[in-house]
Amino acid sequence: MLINIAKSSDLRESDVTPESVYLSRRRFMGGVAGLGAGMALSGHVHAASSDYSDVPSGNAPAWLSDKIEAAQWRAVVPSDPNADALTPYDDASHYNNFYEFGTGKSDPARRAGDLETQPWSVVIDGEVNNGGRMALEDVITPSQLEERIYRLRCVEAWSMVIPWLGIPLSDIIERAEPTSKAKYVRFETLVDPAQMPGQRSSFALIDWPYVEGLRLDEAMHPLTLLAVGMYGRELPNQNGAPLRLVVPWKYGFKSIKSIVRISLVEEQPVNSWQAIAANEYGFYANVNPEVDHPRWSQASERRLPNSLFNPNIIDTRMFNGYADEVASLYQGMDLRTHY
Amino acid sequence: MPSLLRLLLAWRIGVFAAACVPLIWWSWQVASQQAGPEPGRFLLLNIGHGALWLLLLTLSLTPLTKLTRWKGFAVIRRQLGLWTLAYAFLHLVCYLLFILGLNWAQLGSEIANRPYIIVGMLALVGLTLLGATSNRFAMRRLGKRWKPLHKLVYPILALVLLHFFWVVRADMREWSLYALIGALLMLLRLPAIARQLPKLRQRLSHG
Repeated sequence: MLINIAKSSDLRESDVTPESVYLSRRRFMGGVAGLGAGMALSGHVHAASSDYSDVPSGNAPAWLSDKIEAAQWRAVVPSDPNADALTPYDDASHYNNFYEFGTGKSDPARRAGDLETQPWSVVIDGEVNNGGRMALEDVITPSQLEERIYRLRCVEAWSMVIPWLGIPLSDIIERAEPTSKAKYVRFETLVDPAQMPGQRSSFALIDWPYVEGLRLDEAMHPLTLLAVGMYGRELPNQNGAPLRLVVPWKYGFKSIKSIVRISLVEEQPVNSWQAIAANEYGFYANVNPEVDHPRWSQASERRLPNSLFNPNIIDTRMFNGYADEVASLYQGMDLRTHY
Repeated sequence: MPSLLRLLLAWRIGVFAAACVPLIWWSWQVASQQAGPEPGRFLLLNIGHGALWLLLLTLSLTPLTKLTRWKGFAVIRRQLGLWTLAYAFLHLVCYLLFILGLNWAQLGSEIANRPYIIVGMLALVGLTLLGATSNRFAMRRLGKRWKPLHKLVYPILALVLLHFFWVVRADMREWSLYALIGALLMLLRLPAIARQLPKLRQRLSHG
């Protein structure tokens, strides 16, 4: 399925990719097999999972491998692939926050390896006519996987560029048939202290499960993705396997990982970070260079990887550069109070 | 040279070398690309932790001297205090270089707006004051005022812990550990408890 969000030139399906852009991408892709062949196909860019030949292969179940093989590659790419060059897989998978596995940036990669993600089921409930517990396979299979290269802006003022593989969240919500009472979507992460050492810490401020939420129109927005993979493979455990949210115009903490429950609800959910410190983290958490975190500025960000000689500090963009697509969702709202 | 003096000299040199080791180790990790995608922040955090450890170690020397009567603890007190200052200063340099990117205008607004930056800066100013007055000349000039001046290290510890507290986002375990050690070291200075330390030594050595 092709999504249709090409309203702006900023981020859209690149049906014409200049060769220079193509070549610059090679630096990050390692393998370039099939590039020439891909260009010929139906006018838009095709790549394959073999483009990520330097990315360690995972242990995807057969159904997911099949879905990945049939993915629509490069469905969404940055308008300027030089400015938004892909973050190397090794960095994206070894430097992130997933507090269920500890608060250090390398804790998730060190500790999430044994998380049992097969089988996995997701409960879809609340204000829906067609809910219930579903196997992950049944959640994903009806849709086509799409590869989308999104900027990821962490609330801690660093950022990366990551190629996700997923399906639009709207597909799942539509299939669940929300009732007229459904106004918000609430998400929950797995709670399993035996597998998640961060949940065993008695000093943790988070009241597990980790909870996130979106307004229904945000959840239905075509940019909002439910990811099952990245870099041409299934999600590594530390990045939220087997199912995570990706909302590219919001701070990273909104993109909840290892989802076990999706509920359509009438009231605005209280997300975990808001529950810990409502003056620092709001419900919306839209990337906004003009509204600082009380403890640090949000005007700029460190694009990773960086080095001692080049901290790679760049200006943060309104809605993380997705303003053309999403600004209309917030028309008339004071983003200083709804941060 | 009497053997005790020689031993103490070797001990001081050993402590000096040991205090250099973490800096060399972290630099090597950065140089060999084992510090992750954000090496500047890696140095910032490690050196900050190092400064706090050094401050706690420095503050443990007086109780240890009382408990053991070994001169070795007393002779490294100034050195560890100066190491604390050096690490704290490097921590600031990392912040300026790698987090702010030498954006001085932003530094002004950070100092004006961020409590944890203000508190950290105050602690560093205090440590600098103590470092500057740690030489013999200053000690002589200050005379009786030297000791009360250097009791500033206690509020500095409080400022450093507050600085750290305001950086923590979601898990208080590590901070709690440091705060507990700091509180213990302060307790050992309460006169009623401090008086017990030499007695405890006697009981241990005779027991």
